[in-house]
Amino acid sequence: MNDSVNLQLTRRRFIKGVIFSGAAATSGAGAYLAANAQSGNGGAERLISLTINGRTRRVDVPPTETLANTLRYRLNLTGTKIGCNRGECGACTVLIDGVPNYACSVLTHNIKAKDVISIEGVKAADGSLHPIQQAFIAENAPQCGFCTPGQVMSAMALLSNNPRPTKAEAAQAMSGNLCRCGAYEHYLNGVLRASGQIA
Amino acid sequence: MSTHIGFDFTPPDVPGKVTGEIKYAEDYRREGMVFARLLTSPLPSGRVVGIDASEALRMDGVLGIFTADDLPPVAPPGNPALASEYVTYVGQPILAVAAISEEIAESAIEKIRIDFERRPFVVDPIESLSPGGANAYPEGNVLVRTEEEGPEGAPIRGAEIRDVKWPRSAIDALKSGKEPVGGEFTTEWAFGDVDAGFAEAAAIVEEPFVTIGYPHHSLESRTCMAYWENGKCFFHGSSQSQSANDNGLARMLNIDPADLVFINEATGGGFGSKIGPYPFMAISGNFAKVLNRPLQLRITREQEFYIGSARSGMQGWIKMGVKADGKVSAVDLVIVNDGGMTGGGSHNSSAQHVTVAYQPENMRFRGITVYTNTTPRGAQRGPGQNEMAAVLAPIADKAAKAIGMDRVAFRRVNAIDSDGFQGGSQAPVTSAFVREALDQGMRTFGWNEKQALAKQNGSKVRGLGVGIGFHGAGGRGYDGLVRIGTDGKLYIHSGVGNLGTYSYAGTCRAAAEALQMPWDRCEILRGRTDNNLPHSSGQGGSNTIFTHTRTNWVAAQDAITKLKEIAAQDLGGNANDYEIGDERVFASADPSKGLSYAQAAARAIELGGKYSGQEYPDDINPITQRSVQALAGSGLIGVAKDNIPGQGTPPGILVGFCEIELDKDTGKVEILDYTAVADCGTVVHPKNFDNAMRGGAVWGFGMAGLERHVYDPQNGLPANTGIYQSKPPTYLDVNVNTKMGAVNIPDPQNPTGGRGIGEPTQGAAAAAYASAISDALDGHLFNTAPTTTDMIINHLAGNDYSTKSLKTNTF
Ligand code: FES
Ligand code: FES
Repeated sequence: MNDSVNLQLTRRRFIKGVIFSGAAATSGAGAYLAANAQSGNGGAERLISLTINGRTRRVDVPPTETLANTLRYRLNLTGTKIGCNRGECGACTVLIDGVPNYACSVLTHNIKAKDVISIEGVKAADGSLHPIQQAFIAENAPQCGFCTPGQVMSAMALLSNNPRPTKAEAAQAMSGNLCRCGAYEHYLNGVLRASGQIA
Repeated sequence: MSTHIGFDFTPPDVPGKVTGEIKYAEDYRREGMVFARLLTSPLPSGRVVGIDASEALRMDGVLGIFTADDLPPVAPPGNPALASEYVTYVGQPILAVAAISEEIAESAIEKIRIDFERRPFVVDPIESLSPGGANAYPEGNVLVRTEEEGPEGAPIRGAEIRDVKWPRSAIDALKSGKEPVGGEFTTEWAFGDVDAGFAEAAAIVEEPFVTIGYPHHSLESRTCMAYWENGKCFFHGSSQSQSANDNGLARMLNIDPADLVFINEATGGGFGSKIGPYPFMAISGNFAKVLNRPLQLRITREQEFYIGSARSGMQGWIKMGVKADGKVSAVDLVIVNDGGMTGGGSHNSSAQHVTVAYQPENMRFRGITVYTNTTPRGAQRGPGQNEMAAVLAPIADKAAKAIGMDRVAFRRVNAIDSDGFQGGSQAPVTSAFVREALDQGMRTFGWNEKQALAKQNGSKVRGLGVGIGFHGAGGRGYDGLVRIGTDGKLYIHSGVGNLGTYSYAGTCRAAAEALQMPWDRCEILRGRTDNNLPHSSGQGGSNTIFTHTRTNWVAAQDAITKLKEIAAQDLGGNANDYEIGDERVFASADPSKGLSYAQAAARAIELGGKYSGQEYPDDINPITQRSVQALAGSGLIGVAKDNIPGQGTPPGILVGFCEIELDKDTGKVEILDYTAVADCGTVVHPKNFDNAMRGGAVWGFGMAGLERHVYDPQNGLPANTGIYQSKPPTYLDVNVNTKMGAVNIPDPQNPTGGRGIGEPTQGAAAAAYASAISDALDGHLFNTAPTTTDMIINHLAGNDYSTKSLKTNTF
């Protein structure tokens, strides 16, 4: 069956069930295809154990999958944002053994033995907010908020290495986190506030 | 006495942003959800001859392919969700593939074969206007408005794409900074007598200029997820606006607006690119319907570059005449706008900036928008005004210098005040206090003190700049809707979108203020249509603070009237004998005689009719009517259309002062100081005002120094689709010790005194930065936005090829 069309001449739709095509059986647009879906993502899934926010999570992950994908789409930890998916913006920043990393640029299979903290793991067990979260609220730091989880992670890592950074040091440390809204000064004031340098 | 307006508070969505708990469109999942991906054009211009999707359709997991044939046709130069016969830019979506996973959809796209016929293309508007230049569309390169005589003598107005070419002499004149005599324009206006104005001038400056468009790069690429249930479409989107989208989106989905539930709790930036329903939304909603499955369409960063829209560029010429006392006596302005593959251009707004910033006594403007085979263009933060501010500031500095006047003093002489005007029709403004802003900014920045400091320090040279930003900042005639519940709480329904400006929350404070409700007893309902939202303005054009403090105010006044009437009915006397306070309505003569808000709400339900929303004013919008109907009987309803009398544009105006240090060895510019003072009426929410001001400044530095489209002129391919190559400012590119202020004089046409300020924050910063660069280089005019490091280095090396030809989009 030839599905090549000339858009000028035909007004034909390529919806399975509307046009019957190929070998796959179709029974209308139901869930029929899920059972024999091929994995288009480059390699078989393997069950691995991850330590995320202090909990062990067992999850099926193909070897080519990034941590951002695993967190968001397999573990439903959607606080980690994907702004670019190519290591340019920092929206996906998580801590791996305490070090800020772009989760879009880390393969999940490579962090099996490591401790991952995502934004969901920043609050204390009793639900109280981390000082950096409280300070960002006090400074009304987020605008659209899409970069904010990443900013929180980078600020946390900074404060654990340097508890009283100057504004310039904070700007350096967080410069891998783009904020398209331009809320930089408010995030930096948040860092100063969380480190007790402004009240 | 103010209790809410002018005080800080935490908008209710901020905690969810710092915990990651707030949901953006892409964070939603739905049982049985399938995924779509886009196939986009690899060519800047061509014809789709054939699509062979047979192999893709045979793949397991592929559910279908959606093309332009599944949507109503869109005539050029409209922006179709999917291209049909012609593609007009690299990255234009041609079809969407749905599959049970994104990976399968992507693999399927690789299996689709499209046969194209190549067409000539153009990426520079002036090239297209030149004799023999290529046209972006088969029909031509310019949208021309037409008017024919109809049957009864009534004009039939329309528009068509035509092939417009200028004589070579006009092109050469524009490129060399002269008036392009003989060039054709589509927009023209004038006031006063321009020739007489120039005759009066003590000095005349005449300059060419070029500004280059660039993408919004909202950090959240636009994602849509839609599903259908019982004939209703539930649509998760990423938009700046909320209820302003209802009608347009329903039209795209071919349903009654009452059958749409638009859900949009948070949006990861918009900056003008997501004001209304954008074409791409039609795909997910209609594709989901065809497949009868929830469908999510997420796009890549690169695709966001393509379809996320961009600012129009300008190539232009300006002549400014100045009298000996500093007054601008005449301006003659020509702008060729880059419309990309679609976009009307913003030249009229650029001309409007000139009128507001310098109040010329006489002015003429001519403009034309030319299509290019580059990304679609649309509104971007102060479209027209801000890029004009960036190139105009150094030119105005040159005019001031020509008559020996201080640059701030020059702006002070020409500043708009409450009797001033805006635009070609010289229309009034609600109020303006720019002189006050200049005076305050000058003091805070230390303009005079800084002038006295040494300019040169080794290879580094300091520069000081001043700039003005303007945008119309407010609308009228929308609806407000509040409800007092039987729990005594105030529920404020807001149809304003949430792109991170928090004006949805700031404007709700007006209702709390009017009803004297403690903020912790107020709740904002928003973010989804089924929260019963009123008809609200689109969340763009810096309008929300003015527009919706008014709507919430009038809704609250309606509630107050009803509270008093209920009290009078129950407790005697008439409504005028009562007042409100402490969440009660009580008799002025005997405060012990009264009802709590909770009691009054319960009585409103018993009384029914207008008190609890069974009846409502005739003049409210159908969107608000539906919401009131849904709320009827649930409390005391305050609902009204904003009919507050008044006229004129509420202006958002800002002055910026910038100090830079320019390294003559490297071309690097460091911002040492930035101070800005806003004239935006009463500041409604100070902390958020600061953040808007600073965010706008970051955008200004990006516009004036860093960001631009770059296309390869040989192949029409975009060279900087990613964030990194586009160079939006980072922490290290901007000043992070800025000083923000406001004159804080209430606007008389707003009960809370506020006007908007979001957009001009960028224009003022861009203008002040450009002015400072020119100052550092002894008044050299680049006449470009951006003025990038390589342009500076080339200038210092005596090489002007990067700035003299007015080229745009290319390198
Ligand atoms: S999403 Fe990972 S760096 Fe942008
Ligand atoms: S708050 Fe919008 S990107 Fe940072």
